[in-house]
Amino acid sequence: MMKNMKREYVITAAILLAVLVGAFVLDAALPSYHIAIKVVKKACVYSLVAVSMNLLNGFTGLFSLGQAGFMLLGAYSYAILCIPVAKRAGVYQYFDGGIVQFSLPEVFSGFLGGTVGPVVGMLCALLFGGLLTALCAYLIGLPVLRLKSDYLAIATLGFAEILRAFFQWNAIGPLTNGSNLLKNYPDIGGAAAYIILVGVFIGVILLLVNSTYGRAFMAIRDDEVAAEAMGINLAHHKRLAFIISSFFAGVGGGMLAMYMGTVQALSFKSAMTYEILLVVVMGGIGSITGSVITSFLYIAGLEWLLRGLDSGTFLGITSPIFKNGFRMAIVSVIIMIVVLFFRKGIMGDRELPDLFRKKEKKGGGAK
Amino acid sequence: MSEIVLKLENVTMQFGGVVAVDNLSMEINRGEIVALIGPNGAGKTTAFNTITGVYEPTNGQVSFLGKPIVRNHPQGKMKKAYKGAEADKFAAQSVLNPTPDKITALGMARTFQNIRLWKTQTVFDNVLIAKHMLKTSNVFSATFRFNRAEEAEQRKEVAELLEIVGLSDVRSELATSLPYGKQRRLEIARALATKPKLLMLDEPAAGMNPQETDELTAFIARIRKDFDMTILLIEHHMDLVMDISDRIYVIDFGKLIASGTPEEIQNDQRVIDAYLGVEEDA
Amino acid sequence: MQGLLPYFINGVSVGGQYALIAIGYTLVYGILRLINFAHGDVFMVAGLIMVYSSASLPMAVSIPLVLILTVCLGFVIERVAYKPLRTAPRMSLMISAIGVSYLIQNLAFYFTGGLPQPVSNPIPWISENVTILGESTKRVTLVTPVLTAVLVVALVYFINHTKIGMGMRAVSKDFETALLMGIKINSVISMTFVVGSFLAAVGAMLYFTNYPSVAITSGGMPGLKAFVAAVFGGIGSIPGAVVGAFLIGISEELIKGLGYSTFSDAFTFALLIVVLCVRPTGLFGEKVTDKV
Repeated sequence: MMKNMKREYVITAAILLAVLVGAFVLDAALPSYHIAIKVVKKACVYSLVAVSMNLLNGFTGLFSLGQAGFMLLGAYSYAILCIPVAKRAGVYQYFDGGIVQFSLPEVFSGFLGGTVGPVVGMLCALLFGGLLTALCAYLIGLPVLRLKSDYLAIATLGFAEILRAFFQWNAIGPLTNGSNLLKNYPDIGGAAAYIILVGVFIGVILLLVNSTYGRAFMAIRDDEVAAEAMGINLAHHKRLAFIISSFFAGVGGGMLAMYMGTVQALSFKSAMTYEILLVVVMGGIGSITGSVITSFLYIAGLEWLLRGLDSGTFLGITSPIFKNGFRMAIVSVIIMIVVLFFRKGIMGDRELPDLFRKKEKKGGGAK
Repeated sequence: MSEIVLKLENVTMQFGGVVAVDNLSMEINRGEIVALIGPNGAGKTTAFNTITGVYEPTNGQVSFLGKPIVRNHPQGKMKKAYKGAEADKFAAQSVLNPTPDKITALGMARTFQNIRLWKTQTVFDNVLIAKHMLKTSNVFSATFRFNRAEEAEQRKEVAELLEIVGLSDVRSELATSLPYGKQRRLEIARALATKPKLLMLDEPAAGMNPQETDELTAFIARIRKDFDMTILLIEHHMDLVMDISDRIYVIDFGKLIASGTPEEIQNDQRVIDAYLGVEEDA
Repeated sequence: MQGLLPYFINGVSVGGQYALIAIGYTLVYGILRLINFAHGDVFMVAGLIMVYSSASLPMAVSIPLVLILTVCLGFVIERVAYKPLRTAPRMSLMISAIGVSYLIQNLAFYFTGGLPQPVSNPIPWISENVTILGESTKRVTLVTPVLTAVLVVALVYFINHTKIGMGMRAVSKDFETALLMGIKINSVISMTFVVGSFLAAVGAMLYFTNYPSVAITSGGMPGLKAFVAAVFGGIGSIPGAVVGAFLIGISEELIKGLGYSTFSDAFTFALLIVVLCVRPTGLFGEKVTDKV
């Protein structure tokens, strides 16, 4: 019995280890701009953001559409804190080099040397972005979390749009570079680095979800009147879920900035939130594994396999219907099919170990 | 020397122009089983909701173990519109309006007229979640498992509770897969998990046949004995009420029309006219 | 003050166009409690249909064509994407609406190549320039508020004095009871989408006469603003949606006139948040208490 219980966890652990090893192999064998590595890195970022959204929307039942705004905060925090001092004059060319005149990787290089320092600096920038986003979420949550589900969705959407407009404002240009790009900041590493980072963060969320707080969140989702009657303070727990989810959305935003190499407020539109939401739904609301798997499938599918659909030749067939935009059109149709016919998504509310669990015998079980 | 566990004084609940609960005063002593009965729409569940913090009463005070926990007096627009009594009695005192979770934390737990179990959770987890409010950990220590001892202890308590209510064999089933009678028992077990001093049951026998009602009657009596529990219940099944209650309060149109022992109530003419009726001669 | 007059006039015009879209949102929300995210995109598609049909067909054919095709689109969306989810939790329905919006935008991108489509053959008469109060503008600026008022009056009459209108009112008050009372729910819901799409099509034809270029994202902002207008006015209330729409249209133009055009969009969202926090039921909305 003990051995059986451990079996599915052993298999899961083996799979995760294989993924990590695979990432190291990719980094060693391929140049860093190779599409395979890019796909893995982008999928990691999407996984983290999707899981953070699932925590809020899926596990706690708070329908929030503000993800893009939180990612924006995290992305800008990372970029602003990590542009090397020497490059700042060039990036902030309309704002006299900008207000921030240090960069965390360089600061830490001073203490810890040239190999460890930059990495620590970048990690600190990521975490700072997460904390700033969490603070912002706390403030936004004060008025907004009292609202009913549809209104909460629209209010969070509204806040995300306001943030986006705010970050394009030239008056704060010395900090944010106004409507211009932020660029020239460093990336933390290759595919393996991303897998490790994201793995740790998602691991923390997993621990949270399986703790007493995770169960309280699910109780709020299933019936908040009963949850309140059983002693769970709704305001406090909703705020907790909101803050934690946005912390990780902010960190995800920082990692997105790392991956893309440039940051611009314009790109953090509500369409980004919808994209993540659809990934979460397709993976299964309430399944962390589902969000991760779907992120990888989605990004891989989008970037790699289906590129041919936009450029005239796919699977050996050449046709004029394969022009620009066909790829996204097909993806949208697939999404609608999943939303209408496979409402539980790929994984429903199961996690990876559940796939390997032996089916329990019905009836006559001891105890 | 009996201790008053719950005391209602002049509790009035007015929605707009309708007075749903009118100047209700009640007392429940330690270890008693008290029933609140009356025709449909009399205001019983509304009274419940005022006690548990779901509604803020328009006027009146609720005290638990001697301490006032809910208190209000007509304010603002309600001052003019107030149709109830004793408008000035609590006007000088502060308004107390805690949320339901704070009231549960004080030691009062309830069940619902329409069962409200958590549908995606197992029987075991439904009861375990009710223990969340008793935890001493915070979100960090819980996430990083520094609370392992406390959680193990809580799991043990839940297992014992399920054993007592006879639901151990279905502990891993989804709560909603249970038959109706067992779901009701589960809801009661869940409420007991919060370690209450007062248990409030809203129509626990609703939808049950006579045999199930008998089992429930025995079950409630056992809970009073095993947990040293004080119980307030709303009920329509008169056999259950008359069998098990120490005292009964009868309300009609929001007003208290009678109170006393089961024998006194059964013979009270006002109650018979409003609600009970008379047994037809064979 | 003189400098703001052209902005004010423009605001009245754009407010009327938002009103026509806002009514669609408020009607659908009143009946299905669904925020129809795809409604703004239906508006955009109406614009595209207008561009293509007016380029190759006579105006007398293309205007009715726009109306008919848009109405069909709204009807089809409801049948395919919303009807199957009527018993599903509200989140699923909203996600479906978001999915439809996403699909429409991507399909539009595919068919148009992503470039904004210019209105090569604008609707005559309303696109001609006229002078009001010393300012030169297109005649559509005058026509819009008048046409909006006429349509709103017609709609209110329809809802209050026809059988199917009564059905719509009943369903929005209590879905389940209406069902039990034998009201043909499917017809009522379809009619709601038909009316909403019709008004959106009219709004599109007016809007794209004013701003003669249809981009894929042209539905997004007007749609969202119209939704805010509906919430501000009290979701489910037609007069509320109209008042909210004019308020937003005029305010955003005045903000542009005062020099803060980056914030004209943000104003709408700030208004939304203030409304939701201070008075969520909106100007003319009703309070609903939940029974425990």
